[in-house]
Amino acid sequence: MILRLFFSELRLLSRNKAQVLNPLAFLFLGVMLFSVGVPSTVQSNGIYAGAVLWFIVLLTNLLALDGLFRRDYDNGVLEQILCASEIPFMVILMRIFVHWLHTGLLITLLAPLLGLALGIEAHALPVVMLALLLGTPALSFIGATGAALTVGFSRGGVLLALLVLPLFLPVLIFGANVINDAVAGIDNTAQLYWLAFISMVAFTIGPFATTVGLKISVQLQ
Amino acid sequence: MQFESMIEFVAMGGHGLYVWLAYGTTCAVLIGSVLSVRIAAKKQMQQLRLVAFHQTRCKREP
Amino acid sequence: MFLREFWHKLGSPKWFYQISTGWMIGFAVAALVLLVVGMVWGLAFAPADYQQGNSFRIIYVHVPTAMVAQSVYISMGVAGIVLFVWRMKLADVAIAACLPVGMMLTALALFSGGVWGRPTWGTWWEWDGRTVSTLVLLFLYIGIYALREAIPDITLRGRASALVAIVGTINIPIIKYSVDWWHTLHQPGSFSLTEKPTMPVEMWAPLLVMVLGMYCFAGYIILARMRIEILLREQRTQWVRGLVA
Repeated sequence: MILRLFFSELRLLSRNKAQVLNPLAFLFLGVMLFSVGVPSTVQSNGIYAGAVLWFIVLLTNLLALDGLFRRDYDNGVLEQILCASEIPFMVILMRIFVHWLHTGLLITLLAPLLGLALGIEAHALPVVMLALLLGTPALSFIGATGAALTVGFSRGGVLLALLVLPLFLPVLIFGANVINDAVAGIDNTAQLYWLAFISMVAFTIGPFATTVGLKISVQLQ
Repeated sequence: MQFESMIEFVAMGGHGLYVWLAYGTTCAVLIGSVLSVRIAAKKQMQQLRLVAFHQTRCKREP
Repeated sequence: MFLREFWHKLGSPKWFYQISTGWMIGFAVAALVLLVVGMVWGLAFAPADYQQGNSFRIIYVHVPTAMVAQSVYISMGVAGIVLFVWRMKLADVAIAACLPVGMMLTALALFSGGVWGRPTWGTWWEWDGRTVSTLVLLFLYIGIYALREAIPDITLRGRASALVAIVGTINIPIIKYSVDWWHTLHQPGSFSLTEKPTMPVEMWAPLLVMVLGMYCFAGYIILARMRIEILLREQRTQWVRGLVA
């Protein structure tokens, strides 16, 4: 059943390519705008690279989150899922997981490109990818809770950012720090463990909180 | 008492501005919040009285 | 047995309204006495710090507000759990009452921190670990506030804000740890349960008085706000009408 759910989510996604491609376009746009904005006299913008990379990843994730439940909410499918499905929890878990696949995992795979564009040295790139791989699940799982609560408002975007961005702060701190240390060649396993820990905590509470949040939002209609 | 005179107490060894700014703002906000709560409580009671008054009058008239 | 009875009674706003009158007065008196004693003690009788001089005295308003601001958020999270598990009406009243108090105290802590930072670190604002975690706390409060404003229905508003408060409370230790780890200029925490204070007793005794006073003050304001909220929500019931008759 889990596999069936997974494939149905993937099929849904393949019919809605904009949901995958638009955030990615935004990601590259953000990196470009930053790199152009930095004065060219600064030889390497590497010192800001970790912070900027994670910041843009956070924003990309936030943009993608807005569409996570929007369509299903508007056409009433969400209500069906919550009432009719045997375990709505599993459906929601799969939805968030697929969201992570097309934001977090995809960003991780594209990280070498982004890293080079931002001036991160090549020897640090594997660590950058690992950090993104470990840190982005937290963004999806925490963010889904906020998306669930704000899906009922027609202009929920700002509210979503307000609710979710403060909770993203630890990921930004450890994520940016890992990249800086990797560039400098300092041992960075502690931060990686922390990223994994935060993702585990988010994974434990996120799906439950999202289910509760969706139940609240459905009643708002 | 740590201070010899009132002037020294106000000056706070040159840091008077900061110390009194911090204490003054804190006191002002705390007192302000007490006042606002008390006013809100009074208003709420008045509102309830008003409603009760109208209701008793409506009952009597017809 | 007694506790269980107490718990069941808490479900009744009427009972809470009646019993809380005494608590509120108690908190108010305690807060007044403790805060006045603490401030006078801290301003005039506590010794000056050998490094920071008299600007050190700001600690007596800064630390209590910061501590209580955080405790208020955590108690909102606890109230949120109570709301979800026992569906207690009073829990949402408590969240509604805690919000403005917590926001006010957080803002105050940030302000007095800035004023203290100027003579001590030479800057009004520094992106220091604990400054950031207090700022994040303010944003967490603002998030819940904005969410509450956006939801018109009173039950759903309570449940939504309870959910956010719970998630926020779980995240607070992580946020605190991460920013402390990130970098900190702050002197180490003034009080901890496990270690002996690093300050001499003449310095921390007034601080303890101020912290207790600030907790009593928050207790008083929150109770008073809860009572107003209860009257507003229960205005159609018999007992509230009997109150003004």
